[in-house]
Amino acid sequence: MLPKAKLWLGLIISAAIVWSTNLQAAWELNMPQGVTQISRDTYDLHMQILWWCVAIGVVVFGVMLVSIILHRKSRGAVSATFHESTKVEIIWTLIPFVILILMAIPATRVLTEAYDSSESDLDIMVVGYQWRWEYKYLREDEGEEEVSFFSALSTPREEINNALPKGENYLLEVDNPLVIPVNKKVRFLITSNDVIHSWWVPAFAVKKDAIPGFINEIWTNVEEPGIYRGQCTELCGLEHGFMPIVVHAVEQEEYDAWYADRQESARTTRAMADNVVTAEESMIAGEQVYLRNCSACHQPTGAGMPPVFPAIAGSAIATGPLRANIDLLLNGVTGTAMPAFRNQLNPIELAAVITYVRNAWGNNTGDLIQPAEVNQILQEGQ
Amino acid sequence: MSAAHDDHHHGPAKGLSRWLFTTNHKDIGTLYLWFSFSMFLLGGTFAMIIRAELFQPGLQFVEPNFFNQMTTMHGLIMVFGAVMPAFVGLANWMIPLMIGAPDMALPRMNNWSFWILPFAFAMLTSTLFMASGAPNFGWTFYAPLSTTYAPSSVTFFIFAVHMMGASSIMGAINIIATILNMRAPGMTLMKMPLFVWTWLITAYLLIAVMPVLAGVVTMMLFDIHFGTSFFNAAGGGDPVLFQHLFWFFGHPEVYIMILPAFGIVSAIIPTFARKRLFGYSSMVYATASIAFLSFIVWAHHMFTVGMPLAGELFFMYATMLIAVPTGVKVFNWVSTMFRGSMTFETPMLFAIAFVVLFTMGGFTGLMLAITPADFQYHDTYFVVAHFHYVLVPGAVFSIMAAAYYWLPKWTGNMYDEKLGKLHFWLSFIGVNILFFPQHFLGLAGMPRRIPDYALQFTDFNMISSIGGFLFGASQLILLFVVIKCIKGGKKATAEVWEGAQGLEWTVASPAPYHTFTTPPDPKLIHVQ
Amino acid sequence: MSNEKKSSTNKKLVVKLFLIVGGMFAFGFLLVPLYDVICDITGLNGKTAGRYAAGESQLVVQEDRKVTVQFTAQKNAGMSWEFKPEVSQVIVSPGQVMVVSYKAKNPNDFAMTGQAIPSVAPSAAAAYLNKIECFCFEEQKLEAGEEVDMALRFFVDENIPEQISKLTLSYSLFDITDYELVGVELAKN
Repeated sequence: MLPKAKLWLGLIISAAIVWSTNLQAAWELNMPQGVTQISRDTYDLHMQILWWCVAIGVVVFGVMLVSIILHRKSRGAVSATFHESTKVEIIWTLIPFVILILMAIPATRVLTEAYDSSESDLDIMVVGYQWRWEYKYLREDEGEEEVSFFSALSTPREEINNALPKGENYLLEVDNPLVIPVNKKVRFLITSNDVIHSWWVPAFAVKKDAIPGFINEIWTNVEEPGIYRGQCTELCGLEHGFMPIVVHAVEQEEYDAWYADRQESARTTRAMADNVVTAEESMIAGEQVYLRNCSACHQPTGAGMPPVFPAIAGSAIATGPLRANIDLLLNGVTGTAMPAFRNQLNPIELAAVITYVRNAWGNNTGDLIQPAEVNQILQEGQ
Repeated sequence: MSAAHDDHHHGPAKGLSRWLFTTNHKDIGTLYLWFSFSMFLLGGTFAMIIRAELFQPGLQFVEPNFFNQMTTMHGLIMVFGAVMPAFVGLANWMIPLMIGAPDMALPRMNNWSFWILPFAFAMLTSTLFMASGAPNFGWTFYAPLSTTYAPSSVTFFIFAVHMMGASSIMGAINIIATILNMRAPGMTLMKMPLFVWTWLITAYLLIAVMPVLAGVVTMMLFDIHFGTSFFNAAGGGDPVLFQHLFWFFGHPEVYIMILPAFGIVSAIIPTFARKRLFGYSSMVYATASIAFLSFIVWAHHMFTVGMPLAGELFFMYATMLIAVPTGVKVFNWVSTMFRGSMTFETPMLFAIAFVVLFTMGGFTGLMLAITPADFQYHDTYFVVAHFHYVLVPGAVFSIMAAAYYWLPKWTGNMYDEKLGKLHFWLSFIGVNILFFPQHFLGLAGMPRRIPDYALQFTDFNMISSIGGFLFGASQLILLFVVIKCIKGGKKATAEVWEGAQGLEWTVASPAPYHTFTTPPDPKLIHVQ
Repeated sequence: MSNEKKSSTNKKLVVKLFLIVGGMFAFGFLLVPLYDVICDITGLNGKTAGRYAAGESQLVVQEDRKVTVQFTAQKNAGMSWEFKPEVSQVIVSPGQVMVVSYKAKNPNDFAMTGQAIPSVAPSAAAAYLNKIECFCFEEQKLEAGEEVDMALRFFVDENIPEQISKLTLSYSLFDITDYELVGVELAKN
């Protein structure tokens, strides 16, 4: 085979390989078309404007390029003397103005549709916390078991710290994804627990800020089942880059089954609050809770990052009076980044993590806290 | 050291006191320019740290808290410490020369306007060494992240902003007073160089909006320390109020950072095309329209906060409108080049690159203006790419163009043209490798202000970081060129550039310490 | 100009400048009532209008229209109280007065003060949700372990646009125990 042909063949094969693997995702150049009517309309709008800009750019830069080549002193060009033309100024004011109107018309239509969240089939409250999301499914009957859970990054810290190889969905995976039915209008009510966050799923073309004290609404109607990933898009502090969004859009039956299942596990967890746990069980479970919820600030070693994030290893609180330790975990510390975990963890998790921190890293208090004790504190406040 | 003014005193004072007490617009211009260059290198260092961390996924070099401090300080230092003082420095040096005035209207206030800045920035950068760390809430410092949840250094940040604001306001007053009152006889408004016009308009923008910024940070101060609730829903306030107030300042601010650039490019292209600027009066009206429109578009930075539909539509339409006068300016520059007789010395290279790359930034700005599309771009790297295109190959290239253009007038020596061209080409290539891939990152879904990212963003981040290191390193060439030029070089004539028009080219190079102590001959004042 | 004239002109200018500065300062204080007036008139921000002042007897119920009103509760930043609505939603007709309650409990062993801040979605509906009595009008002080049922008495305005058939009223509960509120009435709305 001729050398040149070999070269071309090699290039074609490499291109085919690159195209066919998920390397293609790495070289992705454009916005996704997404899986909703609005996302496709948004993509079309984006492409329209882009083509307009390309066309204008080609004309303007083309004239410049011709000028740079031809109208050089080194080619002997002599400068002309024209320096104004009212007619031309009017033309190149009016033509862009008309082009803008042509752009504004479809943009207005798409925006108006995106703003119409009426007649939704399902309403979900989305609350941004530092640094995870909470999803609460609104129900018609207060007596019905509520489905409400936190959705936090599940990528292990070791992957982030380069101690382990990174998984495929690095930084875009969570413990409890949001599940919604396809082909139903889902309305999201978005707010925040602390600072401003922003909820974004590119495949839905849905992005709305989560403002503390206010609710915003946005809606979507997903047409294809699948897993869709997004991220928080408003700087919200330390772990802003580590609070992703994962949505599973599933067929209605699968959604109903999942929903019923979640209601069941909510009941079970409440019942489990009366279980008696052993020290080993607590340490194992507690370490998991700690790594998932505490280690970002307090570090897996308990060393913290003083002064902003105090150490727990060898700390006065973790080795001192038990009740004060429990209160701090439950109620947080106002004016700092330490949240009130009573709102975020259930009694089993709370008991386990208190046991863990009071016995790990040489703290060795020997305390073993039962979920029922924590439950009592939560209920009675005594 | 005697401070008495001696009638026979023709040159500057000697020693450090010269620089501390100078009321001479050339000296003060020089002070601003060196200050801004050092801030540019400092802010650039922070950017290098950011790009180093983003070179690969995972956390390699810095903790997320420090990363947030870097992004915040990079923005603050570049906006308030590099770009704005550089333009003020150029204004100080060149406006009196261009209008035939002996100095600025208020020379002592001029000195104070400058000397506030080193103190303000010392206060700001000192926060990096505080236990709580530097500000880490982004240069846009949204509440309540910057109030209830801020590190204690936020108070120093607020005071630094107050100081910088005072400096800018006083500088702007000085510029307006100078331009309106001290033009030489024969220099009517419509005969002023466009650089003077753009600075006149910029000065009005500064006076209008810097007080708003001062108000916002004062409200923050009160929320943090005195129990008010401007931005806290608990007390009946609203975090979104912060955003409205900030961006009411913030949007005109970005025009403050680009209008002088338009003026510089409008001076350089006619010189090197040996042809009069096309459409001078249109250029003036277009600049004024842009300035006026800049007041009514602020909420395009807030399309996702939950504004009512009518508000979103208004801001979309108003923002799109700005493309019209901006386009007019670009067409006018191209028409100036067309059928000229061009040579491509370093200032012209930077000016042409400005026209092309700023226009590209303008295109992405138009895309961002389209609200539903903006829902996909907002707070992603697409926005980062947009504003860096208009600010780096936009504003910063124009400042570099101005430096090369006027260095011979300031120093009396020609700079090294080969090194200048090298600096240009490395910067041009570097800046595009750095920022162009960021468009793709944004479209692919990468948010802003994150220290670590999902794997599909790796390749473009790597390319961008390489471009960053290239661009950053290239700026050392500029430092070398400037110092070498000050020390010596081919002697420059008064005119310096064939085709250069304007009063500044009628005085010797280097410009004497005191120029136009008597008004220039009106015959020297050309039509524009 | 003679020296005396200069001096007197300067003095007049100084007085004028002080008056302008003083005026601006006073304007800052004037802004407090002005801000309330503007918010009331425009109903900005999903903020419902102030306490509904007109009587209930005039209200005409539009039997043929139904509007769903959803209720949610959110505790802000570490607020440790229990806080939930008694019902998740009600279906009302415009003009029909409805009473619902929210339960709040302070589980700690010290007294605390909370402030509920309402917000309505869609924001266009905010102006049409009229609150006659709301626990959000006042701070709520709860002793250690105290539990209360707090009432909300409201109706949906008959002028509510046709396309709004569902709206959500959300309360965010904030801990304001530390705020020194010197005679300032919070959250008129």
